[in-house]
Amino acid sequence: MKTDKNGAAPRSMLRRKLMIGAAAMALSVAVLPRVGLAQTPPTSEVNTTGLAVTDDTVTVGILHSITGTMAISETGSVQAEKLAIKQINDMGGVLGRKIEVVQEDGSSDWPTFAEKAKKLLVEDKVAAVFGCWTSASRKAVLPVFEQYNGMLYYPTFYEGLEESPNVIYTGQEATQQIIAGLDWVAKEKGAKSFYLLGSDYIWPRTSNKIARKHIEDKLGLKVVGEEYYPLGHTQFNSVINKIKLRKPDVIYAIVVGGSNVAFYKQLKAAGIDMTKEKPLLMTISVTEDEIRGIGGENIEGAYATMKYFQSLENENNAEFVKAFKDMWGQDIVIGDVTQAAYLGPWLWKAAVEKAGSFDIDKIKEASPGIELTTAPEGYVKIHENHHLWSKTRVGHAKADGQYEVVHETTELMEPDPFPEGYQ
Amino acid sequence: MTSMLNPLKKTELVGFLVVAAVILLILPAITDAFRLNMVGKYLTYAFVAVGLVLCWGSAGILSLGQGIFFGLGGYCMAMFLKLESSTPEATSIQSTPGIPDFMDWNQITELPWFWEPFHSLTFTMLAVILVPAILAFVIGFAMFTRRVGGVYFAIITQAIAAILTILIIGQQGYTGGVNGITDLRSLLGWDIRTDSAKTILYFVNAVLLLAVIALSLLVRHSKLGRILVALRDKEDRVRFSGYDVAAFKIFVFCFAAAISGIGGAMFTLQVGFMSPTFVGIVPSIEMVIFCAVGGRYSLIGAVYGTLLVNWGKTTFSESFPELWLFAMGALFIAVVMAFPNGLAGIWNSHVQPLVKRLSKRTGERQAAPAETPAAIAE
Repeated sequence: MKTDKNGAAPRSMLRRKLMIGAAAMALSVAVLPRVGLAQTPPTSEVNTTGLAVTDDTVTVGILHSITGTMAISETGSVQAEKLAIKQINDMGGVLGRKIEVVQEDGSSDWPTFAEKAKKLLVEDKVAAVFGCWTSASRKAVLPVFEQYNGMLYYPTFYEGLEESPNVIYTGQEATQQIIAGLDWVAKEKGAKSFYLLGSDYIWPRTSNKIARKHIEDKLGLKVVGEEYYPLGHTQFNSVINKIKLRKPDVIYAIVVGGSNVAFYKQLKAAGIDMTKEKPLLMTISVTEDEIRGIGGENIEGAYATMKYFQSLENENNAEFVKAFKDMWGQDIVIGDVTQAAYLGPWLWKAAVEKAGSFDIDKIKEASPGIELTTAPEGYVKIHENHHLWSKTRVGHAKADGQYEVVHETTELMEPDPFPEGYQ
Repeated sequence: MTSMLNPLKKTELVGFLVVAAVILLILPAITDAFRLNMVGKYLTYAFVAVGLVLCWGSAGILSLGQGIFFGLGGYCMAMFLKLESSTPEATSIQSTPGIPDFMDWNQITELPWFWEPFHSLTFTMLAVILVPAILAFVIGFAMFTRRVGGVYFAIITQAIAAILTILIIGQQGYTGGVNGITDLRSLLGWDIRTDSAKTILYFVNAVLLLAVIALSLLVRHSKLGRILVALRDKEDRVRFSGYDVAAFKIFVFCFAAAISGIGGAMFTLQVGFMSPTFVGIVPSIEMVIFCAVGGRYSLIGAVYGTLLVNWGKTTFSESFPELWLFAMGALFIAVVMAFPNGLAGIWNSHVQPLVKRLSKRTGERQAAPAETPAAIAE
């Protein structure tokens, strides 16, 4: 792998492997690097800041909760990141170096996240970290990444209002997720009035703030109610009664975690049949992962707006779903965040190869403009603000726990973490 | 038993000097800046554990809500630091510059009144001690004058911890909600995030902890301390002797709360943020475990117990991220089953007699009276 002659091998091997359809070849990076791949540059050139890069390995960190209340949500992300890293290694690694992983457990505890992030950056000197899930954990590690100049690939859809040079946000920020869905429901379903509700923390509140501004100012429609419940709340009867009384066209629900199970079951028990769409229910917080807990029959007929659904029909996704199931089990489901987590290692690889270096500052500079044509969700591109351009889709929940994609924006949605007019 | 009445026993003095040497000399010498900062973080929990030794070990008041006071102290400090870093220039991107970022996200347009005093460091330092102490006084007054004690008191402290967590999370516009107060940068212009600042804070923390231990030793060896022990063992006799039992209990509970508040403030300074996860039930119980592992009768043991448990937690979770909870569970079961008096108990019943025998053999010391573990523990 040291000489040019041998160095050329990975590329031709890649082509051969693609033809036999190996899972590892599910993706290939669109931006073909001008340097790298063809040869293995010396470590002294590609690593000038003392990261954990040797002549044939590079170490990265994975930092998610694998214990505690968030473990159930974050496990999918860990699996996706490990799959991506395995596939990259099978293709020959990054700049000729195999990726090695140091995994740390944030244990659903924000200070632990900060401690472990610091450990990964200071002790292990990892070249990148793929991790975090909740906004709280991201907020806890952010100062650490900025202080020690690390690179974090953050997979969750989130509230925006943040733009750090040390983070690549591979999930959608709130406006990307919300606006397209509201436009669709107003145009296609003729919705006139909305009831907003959510769990009580920053993401649902900010999201509903954006939704309200869009509904009232841009669409000229009406919001007839807005309510929040603490995380873990399980009694939704009072709000369900209010909904019945005010008869909105759309229930816009951003309930998260375990509360979802109670909320959808109680809606159904109260006689609100979502398949009749009177009122119609739209959510941005229920992925296929959550439906496993809620039960497909309880949420059948609801609409979700996100950038990815497991049922998405394209070649990339078919290969991704197959590879994921081969590695982690046939009955597994893949939600929006899992797919976004999968993008992390690939985006990092593309940035390293574009920069021709593992140096954090060079990756920061190289990241904007990076494209992936092979993402399961289709085409994505990194914006100047370190978020991704991506399409937004509307999915229709079926009884088997999957979404049927009923709408897709024709254009990529521009990420806008500090939206003018929505503050 | 007469040795108990001495102002300070020789063995305790030696123990104090040893723990001072460990914290001030040995740990800084053998750890790098990163690990030292972690040790510093653990030592902030030791404040709570020391408070628990007084409260639970000496006076028999088991509080399962010490995280409340740790959290309040931490929040007071965090509010000051957050205001300092929320200058209009630094927050110009917000709709209302000059207020903490999370307030802006929650559509709050001016600083709430109770945040105003936290512009002052003097007020903040007083609040770190007084806010926990006053809350402890209110709780203690309500409970102890009604003679609520034992397991009922423990349950009530848990309930208060839960209530406070819900309050903080629910009032996110004023408290930062579940994210907590994050991104704290400087103290009076001094960047607290650098390695040198963290080392300095470590030593400040260490000295404060030693001062708190020394103060607690004095309390324990004063007449007051002996009354606390008496009311733990035979509350009614103390009451019938004419003492106001409730007043003593309130005092020791407030004292433990104030100490915990200092720990919380030092935590915020060293870690750079504060979140409601420290106020809740789980961390409060963890702190009781630190105390139990160290030995609930031993002020010095509390420090070692805190260090050991946290070191174990960090090491297990780094080496076996998927198994560490089980390893921690095993450690706790082992300690509780085999060594109910914790590390201090092991020291007193196993190590110290050995040391005595050795020293007796060399004839350097005259025979000391055989001490039972219980006597030493006091």
